[in-house]
Formats: sequence, structure tokens, C-alpha cells
Amino acid sequence: MANGKDTVAENFYNQSTNKHTGILSWLLTVDHKRIGLMYLYAILTFFVVGVIIGLLMRLELIAPGRQLMDAQTYNALFTLHGVIMIFLFIIPGLPAIFGNFFLPIQLGARDVAFPRLNLLSFYVYLAGAFLALLSLFLPGGPIDTGWTFYIPYSVRSTTNVSLAIFAAFVLGFSSILTGINFVTTVHRLRAPGMTFFKMPLFIWATYATAWIQIIATPVIGITILLVMVERAFGVGIFDPALGGDPILFQHMFWIYSHPAVYIMILPAMGVVSEIIPTFVRRTIFGYKAIAISSLAIAFVGYLVWAHHMFTSGMSDTARWIFSLLTFIVALPSGVKVFNWVATMYKGSIDPKPPFLWVMNFIFLFSIGGLTGLVLGSLATDIHLHDTYFVVAHFHYVMFGGTGTIFFAALHYWFPKMFGKMYNDRLARIAVVLFFVGFNLLYFPKFILGYMGMPRRYYDYLPQFEPLQFVSTVGSWILAGTIFFIIGYLIHALLKGKKATSNPWGGVTLEWHIPSPPPLENFKEIPTVTHEPYDFSQLKEMKDE
Amino acid sequence: MSPAPTTHVETVDFVMLYIVGISVILLLGITATMIYFVFKYHRKKGHQPVDIHGNFWLELIWIAVPTALVLSMFYFGYTGFRDLRDIPADAFKVKVEAMMWKFSFKYDNGKQTDTLYVPINTPIHLEMTSVDVNHAFFIPAFRIKEDIINNKVTDLYFKPEELGKYDVACAEYCGLKHSMMYTAVKVLPKQEFDAWYDAKSNESTSVITK
Repeated sequence: MANGKDTVAENFYNQSTNKHTGILSWLLTVDHKRIGLMYLYAILTFFVVGVIIGLLMRLELIAPGRQLMDAQTYNALFTLHGVIMIFLFIIPGLPAIFGNFFLPIQLGARDVAFPRLNLLSFYVYLAGAFLALLSLFLPGGPIDTGWTFYIPYSVRSTTNVSLAIFAAFVLGFSSILTGINFVTTVHRLRAPGMTFFKMPLFIWATYATAWIQIIATPVIGITILLVMVERAFGVGIFDPALGGDPILFQHMFWIYSHPAVYIMILPAMGVVSEIIPTFVRRTIFGYKAIAISSLAIAFVGYLVWAHHMFTSGMSDTARWIFSLLTFIVALPSGVKVFNWVATMYKGSIDPKPPFLWVMNFIFLFSIGGLTGLVLGSLATDIHLHDTYFVVAHFHYVMFGGTGTIFFAALHYWFPKMFGKMYNDRLARIAVVLFFVGFNLLYFPKFILGYMGMPRRYYDYLPQFEPLQFVSTVGSWILAGTIFFIIGYLIHALLKGKKATSNPWGGVTLEWHIPSPPPLENFKEIPTVTHEPYDFSQLKEMKDE
Repeated sequence: MSPAPTTHVETVDFVMLYIVGISVILLLGITATMIYFVFKYHRKKGHQPVDIHGNFWLELIWIAVPTALVLSMFYFGYTGFRDLRDIPADAFKVKVEAMMWKFSFKYDNGKQTDTLYVPINTPIHLEMTSVDVNHAFFIPAFRIKEDIINNKVTDLYFKPEELGKYDVACAEYCGLKHSMMYTAVKVLPKQEFDAWYDAKSNESTSVITK
């Protein structure tokens, strides 16, 4: 497609996959990069909504008693915050945005295996999001059950539970379709020479995640259908009033939702394994251990779901078995952290912003993981279950882990995706502010939890006030930082300097092609001869 | 600090200290090593990077040592929990009924109260059930909690060793007034408890408020 000027290289922004131009050329595109960007805009929008809801909740909790909303509104808000952040942001986040954009490129492919299915997944995601939004405004009002939808409360609640959980059901299909697409792409579309053990670790992680998406997501789909049948027709499945078993619901819910935790964190671990070698300029320590441990986490992760239920009244035998398995599944994650730090040994480290984000991640994620040990242990979990300690723990893992890496990935691949550079100094300031705000917001919750502050509380006892206040102040810093980041990135999009094809000196395949990449990525499908993190290629790449 | 109100509190606090202690050492170790490497191998210093693909012995150590550590954490957590579930047959029984949004306590002699009264130094066995949605019985000061489910009986056990009044919170989300679903457990001297137990009035005249 000629575009008149010789100086403007062809890239996927000016090349359409269909006969349309303008907005339709995006809405009907089958290009994995454009679909990835559409996901980025959608997911980022929902993320900002989730952040604003979080801010409102923290504002309500700044002091005991009513501040700006009633209990029903607060209950709806924490439910929405959870539903949005989990189903609309963190589960699809990394695979749908960066997986879509970079998985085919890193494999040396022109697109994913099923480009049309890929576009369908995006619209299924939007449909799910639309249904979730719709449920807020229909009579009955926004759902107030918590994102876990525990029965019997979710059967009793007069809010729009059925529609909201149906939204989660629809979103599940988007996740399954993306998973199928990625697994097929990895198996069928690797470039010549790209054996499984030459694949970048981001692909390994996304591949393992895709399997969980395919295998685990149907369980939540079935569970949601059963709840809807129960609500609509009064068939007793989970509701004890109808002869059902509410603990069965918890089991079915967590059989999906625990593996879903790995859907959220594995791709983030993959991104870390990309960023560290690039800025350390040496090969990753223990490539095979990291690759295989992704798969190991994916499969062992199925066997620990009931650690969310240590106080649910299930049998004592089940409790200690799940406690033991939980400690075992913690090990591969720990090994990965050791491998990442060891990769820095005898490297040549240039701590640019993406690397600083990763350092942030290692600290915050380690706190999240280590406090998980406290919760895996029965004696302590009995005390801490359903308190702020748990809230702090999963925010350190999910937000400090995956959320931090969402920003790391954005800063790492931004020049490749948009062909523009952002301001290095502002990005460094953002990392520090994020760190301060994050710890102020979430660390006090560990202490509050041990003091006995239960979660999902609209109001609280006076002894919790000082730390609740600190936490709210932290929320202002953290949210401010997030808006600051979005601000300078948008500024970079409009006014930023042009990025070169390889600003960081990376060697995986995306750094071999122009920024932004052309439609179908490669003029010629490359033949892969090097290991993924073999930096001796850098010399040859300069001549490319 | 006042002495622990139950032996179980000491157990839980010990397990907590044990796991957090090891965790802090690991966290500081990881963070310090990382920061040290970033300075030591900074690109400005002009080191030639060395590709190290792995090291069998090092990797064996950092799999074996954490495995031993987490197994010990599991063990302490398990024994602390086992003591909690080892309910003596002669424990003093109280039936707990939870509903949106209050707790109700029924004693064997037919007494019924909104606050839980128990005698000191006596094993207490709560048999709990809910008339509506899920709740949980949480006594932060005793470090214990168990969900309360409709159509099902769950158990909780403790043996108070200090007089006083302790908060009881609902810890399983149960709707509008979940955060107001508080009551208290009052630990009374044996004689005072017996006097209350045999009296007609439901509420105690005890001066214990905390």
C-alpha cells in the first residue's frame, strides 16, 4: 500500500487487512497487532474505572462511620472493583494485549493461527463487559455479592446477580478462545529452527497460561449456569434452603478461580524473563527450569484450590492435605525469583525504566508470595482468613505482581508498539512514586488483618482508624502515579521522539523488525539459529 | 502487653513469627543481592557480560533448602491447627445460631443470649449453624474463626485463660450490615458464671467490661 511519502515506512498503522479505511479498518481488522491494541485501550479504560472505584472505597474508609456513601453502595462498589479488576483487567490483561501483539512476532509468525477467531474473542470480551455494565443500570441495581458470588447470599440478593454472572460466563468464552488460538499458534506457526526450547520465555508462560484458560475456564462456566438455573427455576444445587450444598459452590468456584490466579501471574513471570536478559545483556539463568516450571505451576496449580476454604467447615483431612500441597506449589515460584536475581550476576546491567519496574516487581511480588506462606499454614490462616491480611496479600501478588508487570511490559514494548519513545526521567520518577504509594496503601492492611480487621467491611472499630487513614493516603499517591503514567505515555504518543527498531538492545525476534512492525511482521519468515537470549547476535543485528 | 487469653494465641503468634522471620530474611536477602548486582555489574563499569546458563549445585540448594523450610512451616501450622480441632468430649457446649445480622447463643439449660458468656479455664465447644446465608464466627483476640453455614453444623473450640470481654466479628460477607455484625464473648470467673447460669435473668451483672 503506497502512502505517498518515501520516508514513511510501511507499518501496521498504515496497512489495513481489509478494504476499509479509518475506524472500520480497525474494528474489522484481523491483524493481531491491531487487535492487541484494541484490547489495550479497552482494558486500560476498565482498569481506570476500577482504580476510581478503589479510590472511592478508600475515601469511604478514611474514618469510621459514614463518609460519602451508604453500606449498600459500598457493598456494590467492592463487588464491582473485584469484578472489573479480575475479569476485565487482570485475567485478559497481559495475554490479550501483549500476548496478541508479541506472541506471533516472537515465534516468527505472520499472525496467530486463527486471526478471525482472534477478532471474535475481542468482541466476545466487549459483549461480556457490556453485559456487566448493563447489570449496573437495570432495575434491581448493581450486584452486591462480592466477586466470589458465594451462595446462598447470591441466591438471596435481589440485585442483578444473574446478569452480572452471565457477563462473567461470556467473558470466559473470550478467554477460552484466546487460549485455543495461542496453543495452536505455538504448535503450528513456529518459524523454522524455533524448537520449543528456543522459544522466548514469554511464549512459554503464555503457552502454559493458554492451557489453563482452556481447561479451567469451562468449570466456572458450568458453575455459573448452575447458579442461574438455581436462581431462575429454584432447583436445589447449591442453596441449602433447597437442599443444595453451599460448600460445593465454593469448591467449584475455586477449582476455576485458583488456577485463574496463575492465568494472571504466569504471563507476568514471562515478561520478567524477557526484560531481565535484555537489560542485563546475558542469557537467563536456568532457562529450562523457568520454562518447565511454568508448565508445572499450570498443572500443580489445579490441586490447591481448597486453600481458599480452610475455615469453610470442610473436613480436617482436606484442610491439611490442601495446606501441604499449597506449600509445594509455592516452590516453583520461589525458584523463578532466585533464577531472575541470579541472571543479574556478571551481567552488564543498564537499569532503564522497564528494568526498574521489574526490580519493583521482585520486591513486591516476593512480599506477596512470602505472605502467602503465612496463609498456607493452617494455624495462622484460621486467624487471618477473610481479614485485611488476605486483601493485602492478594494485592501484593496481583497488583504488585501482575499490575506492576503490566506497566513494565508497557514501558518495555511501548517503542515497538507505537514507534515512539517516552521521557526516561518521568518514567523513573513514576517507578519510585508507584513504590511509595503502593506500600503505603497495602502494607498497613497486613497489620490491620493481624489485628482482626475483617474484609468487606463498610464500617470498622475505632482502633483500626490510624492505619486505615495511612492506607487511604497511599491510595491517592498510587492513583495519582497511574494517571501520571498514562499522561506521559499519551504525551509520548503525540510528541515523543521516534523510536529505533531496537532501543534496548534486545535479541528476541520482535527487535529484529522495524518499530512499529509492518503488517504480517516479516518480509521473509526468519530461520532461527540462536538461543532466545544469545546476545552475541547483537553484532550481526547491527548489520541487518 | 496483657498475657495471652488462650494457649492457642501463643501457638499462632509463634507460627506467625516463625514464618515471617524466615520470610523477612529471604526478602532482605533477595532484595539486597539484586541491588548489589545492579551496582556491581552496572553497564557504566564496562564489564563484559558472562553467559551462565545454570549451576546444578546452586539450583539444587535453592530447591532443597526452601523445600525443607516450607515443610517445617507446614508442620507448625498443622500442629497448631490440630490442637484447635482436638475438642474434649466434656467441653462446655453452647449452640450458636447466626442470622442476618446477629448471633444468638443457646445454652443446654435453655438460656438464650446475644452475648456469649463462658467460664474461665473451661474448654468451650461452640456448635454453630446459620438460619440464612454464610457467616463466620471470628474472635480476633483468640485467633480463631470458622464459617457458619445454613443446614450444617460447624464447630469451634477454645479454652479461655484470662477474664475479660473480647470482640466477636462476622468474617464471612453476609450483606448490608455485615460490618455491624459484632458481639462479644465475656469470660467470667467460675462462680460468677455459675451464678449467672442458674439465675433467671439472661444478662450478666458482671463488672467485667474489659
